[in-house]
Amino acid sequence: MATGLEIGVGHFLTVAAILFVIGIFGIFLNRKNVIIILMSVELMLLAININMVAFSSYLGDLTGQVFTLFILTVAAAEAAIGLAILVCFFRNRGSIAVEDVNVMKG
Amino acid sequence: MSTLYADLAIVRPEIVLAIGAMILLVLGVFRAAGDAQAEATTGRLVYAVSIFLLLATGLIVIVYGGGETREAFGGMFVDDAFARYAKVLILFSAALIMILGLEYLARNNMMKFEYPIIILFAVIGMMMMVSANDLLSLYMGLELQSLSLYIIAAFRRDSVRSTEAGLKYFVLGALSSGLLLYGMSLVYGFTGSTSFDAIAQAVTGTEKMGVGLLFGLSFMAAGFAFKISAAPFHMWTPDVYEGAPMPVTALFATAPKVAAGAMFARAMVEPFGAGTDQWQQILAFLAVASMFLGAVAGIGQTNIKRLMAYSSIGHMGFALVGLAAGGEKGVQAMLVYLAIYVAMNVGVFAFLLTMTRNGKQAVKIADLAGLGTTHPAAAACVAILMFSLAGIPPLAGFFAKYFVLNAAVDAGLSWLAIAGVIASVISAFYYLRIVKVMYFDEAGEPLTILGGAEHKVTWAVAALLMLVAIFPFEPFNGLGTPEAAERAAQSLDIIGHAGVPGH
Repeated sequence: MATGLEIGVGHFLTVAAILFVIGIFGIFLNRKNVIIILMSVELMLLAININMVAFSSYLGDLTGQVFTLFILTVAAAEAAIGLAILVCFFRNRGSIAVEDVNVMKG
Repeated sequence: MSTLYADLAIVRPEIVLAIGAMILLVLGVFRAAGDAQAEATTGRLVYAVSIFLLLATGLIVIVYGGGETREAFGGMFVDDAFARYAKVLILFSAALIMILGLEYLARNNMMKFEYPIIILFAVIGMMMMVSANDLLSLYMGLELQSLSLYIIAAFRRDSVRSTEAGLKYFVLGALSSGLLLYGMSLVYGFTGSTSFDAIAQAVTGTEKMGVGLLFGLSFMAAGFAFKISAAPFHMWTPDVYEGAPMPVTALFATAPKVAAGAMFARAMVEPFGAGTDQWQQILAFLAVASMFLGAVAGIGQTNIKRLMAYSSIGHMGFALVGLAAGGEKGVQAMLVYLAIYVAMNVGVFAFLLTMTRNGKQAVKIADLAGLGTTHPAAAACVAILMFSLAGIPPLAGFFAKYFVLNAAVDAGLSWLAIAGVIASVISAFYYLRIVKVMYFDEAGEPLTILGGAEHKVTWAVAALLMLVAIFPFEPFNGLGTPEAAERAAQSLDIIGHAGVPGH
């Protein structure tokens, strides 16, 4: 133990939690660009994937890794739809700045 | 092979809908190529077939459902009375909303074949959500529904409001999916399985849920709360309701709410039934916050779509009161509430869809002024629906609230029931204001009521239902709704919940 740091499931969970929180903050603190929000969403999903794979390996159970593959697929579909809606929005509004998403209050 | 066929027989309604939707997609792509005329006729054809498919699937659910609980695909998918109750509500309300939206779509040049197909995909997702018996199948159903709904929120591609609604819905929906998934990953890690049955065993085996599991449960509850637009996760609702085209708003207010509510109920009481007293506070908080926010924030609204958004936030709060009570009785109350809520909203939106002035959709509450003299029959029906939404006896909306508040009192949550009554009184203000505007305000330019017999019949029948048929007593017995909801609640596998927790 004294020779070095043993990397256990707790470390993976910590990294995933940090990435997840960065993703959430990226959505709420970002005032510039909607693309950054899309990136933050991807970051959150990838943090979840780390969680899933870490638990899967720790438990010796494959379900978590299968789940990860499904999440990756859905994330791709989600990004495609998000970008498509963003393109439509840009055509109408001429901007993708977050503060311009304000035709309706709230 | 025989097991595969047995599994496929259980998911028969979903398969019919999925194959039908994909055939329609191919048909649409091949036939719509060319001029605008071909596009419009294809749009109408696909639309009609889609409505037929939804109704046919609803009949399949009823006819082939039987009474027993059947599991398919290794326990990932379950077909029980609970799922069938929710599916019947989802399918028929979606079909009805599509029939009512036809006139609006034709009037606004939105008759594209993609629209009904995306609704069909969303409905398949909803059916998957209510039948999911595993975190993985639940996630896949939820995403199929959500991704389809993001698209139809932004379906008017040339409108800033519609695309902005789609964008906001997408960003907040993706965030909520992220929260839900993070919760799922924690639940998986701390129970060792994604199957509801295995999670239920793990939860029952422990005296108190560990911190990690509670964390996961809270994240999942937050994700679900987003999907049913419960406060404090409601912020997308008013903007999306306002920005989306009216038929899409009507859809958002009905079928997805049933699906998300039913999914929320199953994902709480089945895997975590043994820890009811530990998640009860979370749900009670969501319920109180939603009821009061829906009541107070709706007061200042001038746009009727935004008003309906706050109304649905408040109503979801009441539905969550039932779920917070937990156990069979709470779930039964919640299911009755959702059925009556859907009936009221279909009636209101049948009317709102036809409201126009100078060829433009009228969306201001002030536009209703003088309706009592210009269209007395329509005004009377809308007034009944508004009284029912406010929960005034002897209308159905009162009995819906009676069921959930009764369940809360029986579960020892009297304070929650009292909060519900207070919120209901506050929210009555804006429902009654609509009645006041219709009957006592000076009419400006008269409102045109477009739409054919289907709208008039729908709102009249909805109003009639509010008056008589959803009465839970003799001679109507609520059209069997409370009994069906009771059977549905009993079919859930609630382990280790004593019924009345000792608070």
